[in-house]
Amino acid sequence: MDPCACCLRAFIFGGVFGGILITTNRATYPGDTFFRRLTILFALALFLLVLVMAFQLYREAQPSLQRFGWPFVWGREWDPVHEKFGALPYIYGTLVSTLLALALAGPISLGAAVYLAEFAPRRLKATLAFLVDLLAGIPGIVYGLWGSFVLAPFLRNCLEPWLGKYLGFLPLFQGPPFGIGLLAAGIILAIMCIPVMTAVTREVLEVVPAGQREALLAFGATPWEVVRLAVLPYAREGIIGAFFLGLGKALGETLAVTMVIGNRPEISLSLFSPAHSMTSVIVNEFAQAVKAIHLAALIHIGLLLFGITLLVNIIARLLIYRLGRKVSRWKQVE
Amino acid sequence: MTGKIVVDELFAWYDDREVLKGISLEIKANRVTAIIGPSGCGKSTFIRCLNRMHEIVPGAGTAGKVYLDGRDVYALNPIEVRRRVGMIFQTPNVFPAMSIFQNVAVGLALNGWRRRQELHSTVEKTLSQVGLLEEVAGRLDQPATGLSSGQLQRLCIARTLAVEPEVLLMDEPCSALDPIASFRIEELIRELKQKYTIVIVTHNMQQAARISDYTAFLAQGELIEYGSTPAVFINPKDRRTESYITGRSA
Repeated sequence: MDPCACCLRAFIFGGVFGGILITTNRATYPGDTFFRRLTILFALALFLLVLVMAFQLYREAQPSLQRFGWPFVWGREWDPVHEKFGALPYIYGTLVSTLLALALAGPISLGAAVYLAEFAPRRLKATLAFLVDLLAGIPGIVYGLWGSFVLAPFLRNCLEPWLGKYLGFLPLFQGPPFGIGLLAAGIILAIMCIPVMTAVTREVLEVVPAGQREALLAFGATPWEVVRLAVLPYAREGIIGAFFLGLGKALGETLAVTMVIGNRPEISLSLFSPAHSMTSVIVNEFAQAVKAIHLAALIHIGLLLFGITLLVNIIARLLIYRLGRKVSRWKQVE
Repeated sequence: MTGKIVVDELFAWYDDREVLKGISLEIKANRVTAIIGPSGCGKSTFIRCLNRMHEIVPGAGTAGKVYLDGRDVYALNPIEVRRRVGMIFQTPNVFPAMSIFQNVAVGLALNGWRRRQELHSTVEKTLSQVGLLEEVAGRLDQPATGLSSGQLQRLCIARTLAVEPEVLLMDEPCSALDPIASFRIEELIRELKQKYTIVIVTHNMQQAARISDYTAFLAQGELIEYGSTPAVFINPKDRRTESYITGRSA
């Protein structure tokens, strides 16, 4: 889990937890009061941490913010020597590789989650769920290694020539097969997103009340009809939320992407061509950024990324929270 | 008149827990049969065996025979059985993502109905059958979320009636409703028995006495007494039935 998601989760949890501590007023012993205040302090500390981080980023990015302003977002030139900075190639690389990852990981995660939640026999379910969690624990750098030594050659020698041959009429699949590039980054990100998306989608599907399934089964619906008409529509917001969580993870992933995306700040429609991403430009250039404006521009990118991931994670949490509210509202009817 | 449903030595279990221990009875067509008994006696399991809903729970199983019009339901396709034997649940489990119209039409759509005209007339007919058409007039295409729980339960009944089953199984359909809403459902049951064979599980003795023609008393997975409702309520043969009905003990 990337730090932003962690902070947000901690912030929400801390807020709720702190709220409970403030509203319960039963403790009269001094020790209890002390302990309560102490925990409130911890909860607030997490909240402050996020604020301080945002503020620090904002302050450090000031030179770039003042000099380039909003045009920084759509500027296409990145030239540290002549002090020209525009983030568009990086934003483009991040967005395209992330969306590609989501397009690949979405159907797979949804299918896996439906199988795990609806069809898998009890024993197999536990094993598969464990494997899914195991995948989530593999460090990004390992995926990156696999990506550059196994995936990229495979793409260069097999998949990309094949795609170019049969789907080459689409601009997406034109150009020489490099192996390393947007497609490789998208695939690696998809593999990294699948565990979290599958796990959350499965949890979301499992909160759909049994009555919803039984109502359709009692009509003589087949298992597939039950999934399509009762389970998926009921859990829609939660599923979208799970996908947004995957999106948040993909946006922030750094090492694996840096190793396979090619690190060339180009905007090309072709998925075969090397590109760059917001995270990889920071990790590549941070150590060499000797000029203050160069450093500020990198932090400016960090600030943008912080904003995007925060927004994505808030949307994800809100959608999942809304599903929870819907379930409890319908439980009240019952 | 031979029974619409004949149950012969029916056993049912969840994993290694036996819930029904050899039940045999005959359910008459176009009559209301009430199943009463203390909590956990297997009432719900019993009616869930009649349309093969029991077996969908992992680890659940049955033995024995259930005949629907003389044919063993466990030899038929479960999907066909469930289309002929409709079920109303304790909780009005409407589909929140669907409109009122879609909620009623979903069963028809599953049966391959596609023509909008036919769907519309059937949905309106069944809604008026449960007395809901006027109450939801003009908002058929809105979600069912704004309805009261009594209306929701009648919507569920309409949904089940739309596919024209032969038998209606009701699993405590009024336990989540207030007295007035319950009363409306009871009235509806009285009307529906002209066309359907109804089996109702209820915890409410007065309700069973008011609406049913036959009553079966179950305790600990066994059928203790079965007969016409006046006979069971006024002149119970078994001491356990008497003490349950009079509320002395379970």
